[in-house]
Parts: sequence; C-alpha cells; structure tokens
Amino acid sequence: MTKITKEEVKKLAALAKLELSNDEVVKFQAEIDSMLQHFKDLDAVNTEGVNPTSQVTGLTNVHRPDLPQPSAVEPEELVKLAPKSKAGYLQVPRVLDQ
Amino acid sequence: MGPLLQQIAALKSGEVTSHELVEQCFEVIEAKSDYNAIISTRPQALEEARLSDSSRSAPKTTRRLEGVPFIVKDNLLTTGDEMTSGSNMLRGFVSPYTATAVQRLLDEGAILVAKSNMDSFGFGSSTENSDFGPTKNPIDPSLVPGGSSGGSAAAVALDMTTFAIGTDTAGSIRQPAAFTGTVGYKPTYGLVSRYGMTSMASSTDTVGVIARSTADAALVMDIMAGKDVNDSTTIDLNEELTSLKGADLSTAKVGVITDWLTEGVDPAIVETVESAVEALKSQGVEIVEVSVPELKYALSVYYIIMPAEVSSNLSRYDGVRYRHTAQSSSDLDSLYLKSRTEGFNEEAKRRIILGTHVLSSGYYDAYYKKAQQVRTLLINAMDKALSDVDFLLGPTTPTLPFKIGEKTADPMQMYLSDIMTAPSSLCGLPTICLPIAGSDQKLPVGMQLLAGRRQDSQLLNFANTIEVVLEKNK
Repeated sequence: MTKITKEEVKKLAALAKLELSNDEVVKFQAEIDSMLQHFKDLDAVNTEGVNPTSQVTGLTNVHRPDLPQPSAVEPEELVKLAPKSKAGYLQVPRVLDQ
Repeated sequence: MGPLLQQIAALKSGEVTSHELVEQCFEVIEAKSDYNAIISTRPQALEEARLSDSSRSAPKTTRRLEGVPFIVKDNLLTTGDEMTSGSNMLRGFVSPYTATAVQRLLDEGAILVAKSNMDSFGFGSSTENSDFGPTKNPIDPSLVPGGSSGGSAAAVALDMTTFAIGTDTAGSIRQPAAFTGTVGYKPTYGLVSRYGMTSMASSTDTVGVIARSTADAALVMDIMAGKDVNDSTTIDLNEELTSLKGADLSTAKVGVITDWLTEGVDPAIVETVESAVEALKSQGVEIVEVSVPELKYALSVYYIIMPAEVSSNLSRYDGVRYRHTAQSSSDLDSLYLKSRTEGFNEEAKRRIILGTHVLSSGYYDAYYKKAQQVRTLLINAMDKALSDVDFLLGPTTPTLPFKIGEKTADPMQMYLSDIMTAPSSLCGLPTICLPIAGSDQKLPVGMQLLAGRRQDSQLLNFANTIEVVLEKNK
C-alpha cells in the first residue's frame, strides 16, 4: 500500500462532490496517510479463503408480500421538506441547455 | 430500583403527576443549559403531560411508561420536530414521521421533552464534532462527556431525565455512559429498528439506551425491541427483557479480556476493573482469563468499513432533498458540490474521503475486502471465546474522560477511543456498560459485559444481579 498523494485527495474529494481548500488538502493528506499506515497491521493477517462479512444478522433474503400499502407520509409532505420544490416536484437548476 | 422504575411507581400512586415531572425536566434543562446537552426542547410536552394525567384516572391505564418524560438523541425522527443529527446539513429539517423505536415508547405513554446533542452524524467520541457546540461532562465541565451520544449521557447524568435514547455504531452509547457514570446498553445488532434513524454505518448501527440502572435500561429495551416491517434487519427474541429473575452467581462463568488490561490502558482503569473482578469472584463467579489476539485488528477493520458505509450513506445529502442547499448554484453539479462543502463539517469530509478511497477500484481489495475478511476472523474468535464462558468482561474505554480540545487536533487519537467498543459492534454482540467507579471524587470508569448474539435477556439479568455487588465495591 503506497502513500496517498495530495492529487489523490483532490480527486477523491471531487468524486465525493466536496471542494477542499489547499489547507484542507494538506491536512487530509497527512491525516488519511497516517490512518492508512495504521491499517497496515491488517497486512499481517492471513485471510486466504476467508469469506468477507458484510452483515451480522444471520438473516438472508428477507421478503414481504409485494402489496401496495398506504404510506405513513403523503408524498407532498416529503417534497415540501426539500429546500426547493414546485408543483409537487423537487426543483433543481437547469440540466439541459435551452 | 432505578429512578425510572421509581418514577413509574410514584406516578401510579399519585405521589407525583406527569405535568410536575415534565415541568421539573424543563427546569433542570434550563438550569443546566451551560452543559449544552440539549439541541431542542418540546414545550408541547407540558400539554401532553396534562393529557396523560387526565387519562390516568381512567380505569385502563396499563401503558408501561404512562406520563414518563424522556429525551432522544437528535438523530432519530419524531414527527413535527426538528431533527439535525448534530449537523448544519440538517438544521431546520422537520421530521416527517417518527422512528419506530421512539414510537414504541410513545405508544407506552412516554412523553418526549427534548432532543439531545451529538457529534454530527455520530462522527466522534467526545461530542466535540457537533455543529451545535460541544457538550460538557456533568462531573467536570472541562472534560468531554464522550460521544457520539454525549448529550443523552449528560442529560441522564444531570437528572434532566431518567433515561435517554442513544445510538451506538462503535461505542456511541457505551463510551459516554462510561465517561458520565451512567448505564449504557447496546443491543444485539438488529434487535431495535433503525427506521427513522440517520444512517451512519449501516452494518453496525444500533439504537439503545442510557439510564441509571440495568433494570431501567431493561424496561426501555424491552419496549423498543422487536421486528419492524420497515427495517428488514430486525429480529424478534420472543423473550421478555424485563424478567430479571436474578442470576445464580455461583454457576456463572465470566471471561476477563486480558488484551484490554495491558499497557496503553490507563492504570486507574485497569485497577478499577480488576477490583470489580475480585468483587465478582468473592460472590462465587468463576473468572477465567481470555485473550483474543484478533481484537487488536478491530480498530483498523472498523475505520475502514465505517467510512466506506458512511461515504455511501451520506451521498443522499445533495442539496436537493434534505435541508442545506447552496444559494448561488448555476448548475446541478455545482449545487451538489457547494451544498455538501458548506453543509458538512471537517470530520464528515474526512470520513467521506477516506471511505471513498477504501472503496475505489485498485484499493478495494487491499482495504475494504481485507477489512471484511478480518471482520469474519474477529467474529469467529469472539464467538469461540464466548462459547467457553457466559459473558466476556473488560473496560469500556482505554482512558478516563479527557479534556475538551485534548484530542481534536489528531483524529487518530480520537479514533483510538473506540478500541474497546468497536469489537462488539463489528460482531453484533449485545453489550452493557456499567459504572464501577465515580464515588469519592474519582472520575467514572465503565466496565463492559459482552454476551453472544441474541443473549440480551441473559446479559441484562446478569448485569442486574451484579449491579449491587459493584455498587458496594465503588
């Protein structure tokens, strides 16, 4: 595992839709690098053939009948929670050119 | 009998009214506002208490929490109330529905008086990462109360309420309980519905309680527990968590985790835990030493898996659907970018970026998959350790409550606070934190008891039995 670079931090931030100041890039690069160094302790563990764990419930494929049910909240109420809405829809800046 | 059970008895006998109790809550909240334990209050609780009092005279008042005031961490939705998750991103967000766990308490007659402070989105072990300012430790306001449920723990310790709901993803109930001398309960993963809770790391997120006694915590857990159609990870135990019949200490076998009583752990904590262990031994409990070498990997595993899940869960805050939105955005991409940059604090950004990194192609196998595999090995090792004993025991934290500001400059130091609490979360084990010191002007120390998955009722029963022994030993 190699060191994380400032360029990589900037790229990750862009992918996650975050804008970082130059100071933040410097800070995060050092901090994340130190965390990645800490994670190196896992290299010593032999995980060959070990199944990864993604959840611990012991449950698989929990089904329910596919039947329409009344919503606890009216869709209009949910839309109203958004910062901008119009005619029952979420409002965002124009996506397509005129 | 804990203060919650006492309060219920006093309400039943007519010694006190719900209205008086709620008034008292608001008085204490007001008087202790310097501790910054509370984000918002619900003045309408007074009217709700009045209704509860008038319904009490009716013959069928069988609800178990009729008229009892309580406080909820501000990452759980309660219809009509603001829910911030401690973040500017959600400041002003009005809950459209009520979280199942909270609804079950309301259905039993409990009265919600306030929402408590927390590290934003649960990101922290000190409540210093709250966008509403840090909460102070009731024992000494220059100290942190722990986190992320620091507001809930402080509220209980300050007698604002007899119990407060918290959430625990890697210690967020247990560590603040340890730092404030309260009882913290994190259930088996899946025992309590997370419907209506702000998602942090979905594979370890749990809802639990901070209270003054095990019996109080057991009642609250009993009410919140059980399957919920709106959270498909939920399970039913089909056992009453409140049937605290008393454990036979002469046949109990407890494994002391020696990996947590070594150098690097505050000597005062080691000494206090060892003294508590001696007290249990003197009551006939069989004590064996247990070492689980895999525990040393838990922190790395957690700090890979959690940010990965966080980076996914926090992608929903896009400036379009929730609360904070950037004012001057010419196009959709800059709306996302600006809203998220403005709305998230530094810790949230750090975790999102780290999570994005460990999930990115090229690093996925080295970090995320590797962590998931070591998680399997940790689970196997803990299951094996628990197969030989009834419970595992150890300290809750490696340090005593630390000073406000002491660990904010170095995130890694803050993350190390979770070293003893993350394992239960990764393995889904029910765990209780009991206060074992804190009298004689000593700082509080928490002791954890861990049980096998779905062993919540056995764990609560045992904890309730040894509480008296530990209290005498304090």
